[in-house]
Amino acid sequence: MLQKINLKAFLVAVLATVLTLLLVLIGSRRLQNFDAALVAYLFGTLFAIFGIVYRYMVWIQRPPTRLYFKSSFRILFSKDFLYYLRYAIKDFFKNIVLQDFILKRGKKRGISHLLMAVGCTIAFSITFPLTFGWIHFTLDPVSGLDPNLEPIYTAHFFGFDVMHFPVKSFVGFLTFGALNWCSLLVIIGASYFLQKRLKDPGLIATQTFEGDILPLLLLILVSLTGLGLTLDYEFMKGQTYEFMAVTHAFFVIVFLVWMPFGKFFHIIQRPAQIGAHIYRKVGKQLGMQVCKHTGKEYATQLHIADLKKLTRQLGFQLESKNGQSLLEYSPEGKRDLVAIAHLKARQESGTYFG
Amino acid sequence: MHHYYKLQEEFFVDMQRCIGCKSCEAACAECETNGEESMIHVNYVDRAVTIQTTVQVCMHCDDPVCANVCPADAITKDEFGIVHTANTSRCIGCSNCVMACPFGVPKKVEHYDLMMKCNMCYDRTSVGKKPMCATVCPSGALFYGTREEMEKMRPNSSPVNQFVFGQEVVKTKVNIMMPKGSTELKIF
Repeated sequence: MLQKINLKAFLVAVLATVLTLLLVLIGSRRLQNFDAALVAYLFGTLFAIFGIVYRYMVWIQRPPTRLYFKSSFRILFSKDFLYYLRYAIKDFFKNIVLQDFILKRGKKRGISHLLMAVGCTIAFSITFPLTFGWIHFTLDPVSGLDPNLEPIYTAHFFGFDVMHFPVKSFVGFLTFGALNWCSLLVIIGASYFLQKRLKDPGLIATQTFEGDILPLLLLILVSLTGLGLTLDYEFMKGQTYEFMAVTHAFFVIVFLVWMPFGKFFHIIQRPAQIGAHIYRKVGKQLGMQVCKHTGKEYATQLHIADLKKLTRQLGFQLESKNGQSLLEYSPEGKRDLVAIAHLKARQESGTYFG
Repeated sequence: MHHYYKLQEEFFVDMQRCIGCKSCEAACAECETNGEESMIHVNYVDRAVTIQTTVQVCMHCDDPVCANVCPADAITKDEFGIVHTANTSRCIGCSNCVMACPFGVPKKVEHYDLMMKCNMCYDRTSVGKKPMCATVCPSGALFYGTREEMEKMRPNSSPVNQFVFGQEVVKTKVNIMMPKGSTELKIF
């Protein structure tokens, strides 16, 4: 049975999709610069935008997510805005751009993930504007007609001229080959993770095909078929163009449609880590909570106060009738409470063992 | 792979039998799903006045508080009732689960900015083997097997999987061995 549709999320997702369509119309100058060959990609992207925004909206409405979402924005836009903005930018660079925390989990793992992330990010930033008709290239008519002149290309963004460069130049080489370089980065990174997932007993035990293997296969297939297009026009005189174009489009569209549902959604979720860091930083400034059993600091008072509200909201009554809360005990303190209660029960039964 | 999970086998803990030898800690680090980090907790209860130690594995709650308070949907429970450690791609290291777990189980590994916890040696239990800690415990504080085996070994004890924390009753997959006839353990 279909789950009940979240109306708020649905409306925001529709709005985001309509807004994208409007921007496609504006950016492509009423479709004048829109490449009709990319229409299937456009529909795939619109579906992905709808799905991602819908899931994101449902996600941030969950009580624990809402807590972090609201708190981090409230802190960021407080009187100390500049201080926290600087902190957030620094944290973004360290954890989202450089992915320092993954590097610490393993060097090969960190580098491979970084290769995938860089490849995907550059590829997204090129292909989305291309698909939307925001970016297009034209050949300078003067240089194109005169065989003695070097052909010059003009890059347009949103219909405005951005830059001119000779086709056979370093800039031209980088610009037209950019997606190939991205493909190579993604293939290297994803292959590392794929072989790891096929060999590591811990991963084999916990992974699922659709959750962990399929995303890697899709990344590799999108990249390989993308490289196939270059292979075709550079070395095969375009003889296999249709096959290459159709297979690439197929895998890209599957990738886009899968984005809101599968593992790729973590790309959208990850910035929440910055929110958690800001929240902890502010909490530390406000004061630490001391465990009632161990007498040691274990969390921020802000965190414990919010968790009390959150657990109550989620239906957990972790307070005793005299108003004492279990959350005022550290993890170690709570483990000791279990042991103390167990010992007491054994003592009351008259024997320590049984 | 998962078809070999033996549902008839259960985990039984008797922390009163724990001698604090930490064999389980060393064995836990061998579990492939933890990335060689030990997830089991062994600690002195109040070293100044007693030598009592306690041992704590994840209790794998029916309605896990950790998963409920997770803002990133990183903790999931599977069809066998195993509450899995945080999904590495989702966990944002907020420590909600660490602070909210009634048994004090999840660990925040600051270095990785990641929560990690016991998942009952899923690499082993999912293929019909026993968790590492239970195979090495020398004093019987940790046991993994059938209820019948446990009854034979501890005829004067009853396994309990219902715990009272304040006004909350928490039911778990893992059992604690209690005096014969007990039905629950009031902790807080």
